[in-house]
Amino acid sequence: MSHHIVAADRLSFSYPDGTVALRSVSFCIHHGESVALIGANGAGKSTLLQQLNGCLTPSSGEVRIGDFPVTPKTLHEVRRTVGMVFQDPDDQLFMPTVFDDVAFGPLNRGVAPKDVAAQVTAALQAVGAGHLAGKPPYRLSCGEKKRVAIATVLAMDPAILVMDEPTAGLDPCSRREVIKLLKNFSHTRIITSHDLDMVAEVCDRVIVMHGGEIRADGTAEEIFADTELLAGCRLEPPFSMQACVVCGRRTAS
Amino acid sequence: MLGFRQLDQLAARGTRIHRLDARAKVLVVLVFIVTVVSFGRYELSAMVPFFLFPVAVVVLADLPAGFIARKVALVIPFAAAIGIFNPLFDREIQLYLGSFAVSGGWLSCASIVLRATLTVTAAVILVAVTGFTAVCEALERLGMPHPLAVQLLFMHRYLFVLADAAARASRARELRAFGTRGMGMGPFASMAGHLLLKSWERAERIHMAMLARGFQGTFHLQRGSGFGLPELSFLVSWTALFMILRFTNIPLSIGHAVTVFFNAGRLVP
Repeated sequence: MSHHIVAADRLSFSYPDGTVALRSVSFCIHHGESVALIGANGAGKSTLLQQLNGCLTPSSGEVRIGDFPVTPKTLHEVRRTVGMVFQDPDDQLFMPTVFDDVAFGPLNRGVAPKDVAAQVTAALQAVGAGHLAGKPPYRLSCGEKKRVAIATVLAMDPAILVMDEPTAGLDPCSRREVIKLLKNFSHTRIITSHDLDMVAEVCDRVIVMHGGEIRADGTAEEIFADTELLAGCRLEPPFSMQACVVCGRRTAS
Repeated sequence: MLGFRQLDQLAARGTRIHRLDARAKVLVVLVFIVTVVSFGRYELSAMVPFFLFPVAVVVLADLPAGFIARKVALVIPFAAAIGIFNPLFDREIQLYLGSFAVSGGWLSCASIVLRATLTVTAAVILVAVTGFTAVCEALERLGMPHPLAVQLLFMHRYLFVLADAAARASRARELRAFGTRGMGMGPFASMAGHLLLKSWERAERIHMAMLARGFQGTFHLQRGSGFGLPELSFLVSWTALFMILRFTNIPLSIGHAVTVFFNAGRLVP
């Protein structure tokens, strides 16, 4: 299915102040893959994500979503295919109630108002937030906000889910709930995170970025076993793959 | 933050007043405000019966009167500041309370404060029984331009976020000021600048989040409420009462009646 491919071809980008954020980045992600984008702060992960649905336009090179290159003309089609979950749910939840917020995308897409309620309920139930429908977003806890933010995107029925730090700032249980959700999705998933244990659980493939470049692209096992590569990119293996801090032993892998 | 959160919580209750369509409530409050404001500048006694409206709504909607009164009290000093110079400029004697002469300035100052109390109380109560969002929607359905309604909704949504950010920045300053005045006003200027820039960046991110979900300039809010008989009777009866109170000075009539009664008593010894 070429429809759900996400491909970047020699993508470069500089911010208006001259900061070079991406240097000739190329990759191809196929239908149903679950890919993590990892790297130190300032490595270019968030900038790259914003290229994927046209929030930023490349200085050179191009991004293709399925059969479309991302250009101003194809933006609507691209944004229908790529669902983006932002890092700070307060940026994403702007409507008066959770229900209105989840309905926002479908209504913009032209879904008939009488069918919207069913979609909203389904999306909220998928993230276990059905009981929050009538609440205003600013009265939710961080974990609830995060799940509702994911529901707002699910309601649009995207083929590709792009998430910026889905587990950042969550308590262990909320984090676990989000991980369970992510594992159950059949969408193509592109996730940035510093939570490498989550990455090890959820993603089969890992792309390592450093200084706006791709340093490595491989399976999670390969990448996390290469401690030299990780150290060079200001990263460490996931805690679950490091030696025990108490007895110094490694868990059998 | 002026208790916006609590007001929203109050608005989530389900009394008969809460259940009325927001448009009826908005219209009644508008009529109320226009009527109160239309009184002459020296008028005091004729406005007093208008307290009937806020009192009735507070009772019917089971609102905490103390909370409402505190919210109103926060705003009244601003009204007093507007009227406070009137006694200096307008020194003509308007009436005598016994041997105490009251100038026009004092009368108009008191009138301004009374007006402000009435109108602000009505507005606070409106939000408390309707909710800010529903008030915006009602205003839009009554003809307020759409962009203005969207602005108001966003302002209300991000007021909390901005207020929290300001509170955090201010606390961070306080913790490192050790109870002194810190470095005077300088840090506050910088803090305000940072808040502006942060809000700016946030606005950009929100806009991106909206575009990512297909925003094309229109908001679709789904609300199924109608303007039925309860709304109509609420609107008509309060408007009628306001008109009666506007065109007959009831306290004055009572005063006249009492005077006539006593004078009549005196005439027949």
